[in-house]
Amino acid sequence: MSGSPAAFVLRRTGRGLLTLAAVSVVTFLMFFAVPRDPAAAMCPKNCDAARLEQIRAQWGLSDPVAVQYAHYVRGVVAGRDLGRAQGGYCPAPCLGYSYVNGEPVIDALARALPVTMSIVLPAAVLWLALGIGLGVAAAARHGSPVDRMIGGFSLAGLALPLYLLGSMFLLLFVYQLGVLPYPHYTALTESPLAWASGLVLPWCTLALLFSAGYIRLTRAQVREAMSADFVRTALAKGLAHRRVVRRHALRPALVPLVTAAGLDVGAALGGTVITEVTFGLYGLGQVTLDAVREDDLPMLMGAVLVAALVVVAANIVVDGLYARIDPRVRAR
Amino acid sequence: MLRSPGLLTLARLRRDRPAMVSGVAALLLVGLAVAAPAVGAVYGVGPEETFAGDLDPYGMPYGVSGGVSASHWFGLEPGLGRDIFVQVIFGMRTSLAIAGTAALVATAVGAVVGGVAGYLGGWADAAIGWLTDVLLALPLLICAIALIRPLELHLYGPRDPVPGWFRAVTVAGLFGGLGWMPIARLVRGQVIALREQEFVTAARASGAGARWIVSRELLPHLGAPVLTGLSLLLPAFVAGGAALSFLGLGVLEPTADLGRMIYRSLGYLQTDPAYVVFPSAALFLLVFAFSTFNEGLRDALDPRALR
Repeated sequence: MSGSPAAFVLRRTGRGLLTLAAVSVVTFLMFFAVPRDPAAAMCPKNCDAARLEQIRAQWGLSDPVAVQYAHYVRGVVAGRDLGRAQGGYCPAPCLGYSYVNGEPVIDALARALPVTMSIVLPAAVLWLALGIGLGVAAAARHGSPVDRMIGGFSLAGLALPLYLLGSMFLLLFVYQLGVLPYPHYTALTESPLAWASGLVLPWCTLALLFSAGYIRLTRAQVREAMSADFVRTALAKGLAHRRVVRRHALRPALVPLVTAAGLDVGAALGGTVITEVTFGLYGLGQVTLDAVREDDLPMLMGAVLVAALVVVAANIVVDGLYARIDPRVRAR
Repeated sequence: MLRSPGLLTLARLRRDRPAMVSGVAALLLVGLAVAAPAVGAVYGVGPEETFAGDLDPYGMPYGVSGGVSASHWFGLEPGLGRDIFVQVIFGMRTSLAIAGTAALVATAVGAVVGGVAGYLGGWADAAIGWLTDVLLALPLLICAIALIRPLELHLYGPRDPVPGWFRAVTVAGLFGGLGWMPIARLVRGQVIALREQEFVTAARASGAGARWIVSRELLPHLGAPVLTGLSLLLPAFVAGGAALSFLGLGVLEPTADLGRMIYRSLGYLQTDPAYVVFPSAALFLLVFAFSTFNEGLRDALDPRALR
């Protein structure tokens, strides 16, 4: 049983939960223990002493930090009562209420998460396809002008800032040529066509820039595999070169590719701030940014926790994929 | 003739044309940035000097391509009337100072943490590995964005003004404090591999203490991973710092800054494209030169790896 993929993923999930617990402690300390006076931060400009005292009592800011943290965790697991002025009872995954407009943090995050996911996931499919495709093409024609061109493209992609390329694409495709609408988010369930046409520009921008790293990774891995014995055997027994590259040499590249993709997708899902700002889309990154601008600590902490949750989840998915790709991993 | 590994690396690096070109370019850019005040003095324009007289009533610079002329090589900033060449040079200085400090901090922390984990092994290694995992679960940019304000709130309170230099120190500290994990992993792996080598066993057998083994047997081998790590982090932090400035969370006016300048210039993408080109090209060149050089350096240090 211990060797089965299910048990493996279960074990990794347990470790992920432990990591998440640690992350929550760290973030809680950062956001609630570090500010000199959270009550003053959440109080409107003309704030008197009585109002300050009221806020402290409501949020339990005079309690020891450990007690505050315990309340926070209980709110996440079982919900908590925050008092009438703060929105009353806050049901189960309670991350508190926004200091700014009193909206439950979880609602704001739940509204923003689909936007970020709609930006990142299709873009990730595109950048993986582009990166692996061009990487294999470069490795197969090693040393040729095609290889050098792809190499130059990937180096430029690594150095070009997303906001710059995105703004140029906006100018070209939206304002000058008018072939694309201004990027906007429509729910996939509402209209798949509007969803795709509204997001195609961010997808392409992300894919062009993010593919750079995957091109380099794929090329290096495939080149290394091409000099391995099993590839020589495959070539020697008369298999076509193309088939050997795709079937034999690409296979060992999958593990590092999955690792890189897991890290990138996880980090991007945590908030594609730059993409969202460039294209005016309201996802997790914008929520974080607005929370920073307005000193909205509960919102900020919620956003960082969700970002960490997504990264941990991505790591678990990556571990599961390892177990599928490489049976040796399961034995560990 | 037997040559030292350092000389061999240098010889390999010298044969690598892209690495040499990018290395020279990177050095030039660093030189320009370090000598920014001198360059400004020779050029005859200070970083805060404005030329409102050279702007038309709408704030746009007179002349072709954003006011490029013999006295203003890159033209003028629309609206503000500052000289773009001087702003770019001083902006590069800000970028490199922050990214350089952050990269040094991250490399130092990473080398010590990774070295301790690798050398001690056992529970220390497990604990450090777990801490590294926890910190890796926090996306760098989101955390930097999220932490800047709480830190300012802690030290200055919500009403007091925050001094300009504090942002620069915060950004450098955050990148350094949240960016050391890859270096720690690199160094840990290297130390574990070295620890079991025969020359270390030999030193231990001849009675060398931990101090000798670390300083004389292990440290000399860590130069390569630390150097690659440093040159990998520097362009990443330059780009990250510019991204923070783009979001309005970088260094504040009047300190010149590439990211903030690019953000501002994007509003003039149609009316004054030259304003976009110069700071963007400077940032691109900075990151491009360092990444390309890093690539060559890695190849030169590890000739077995194919890239």
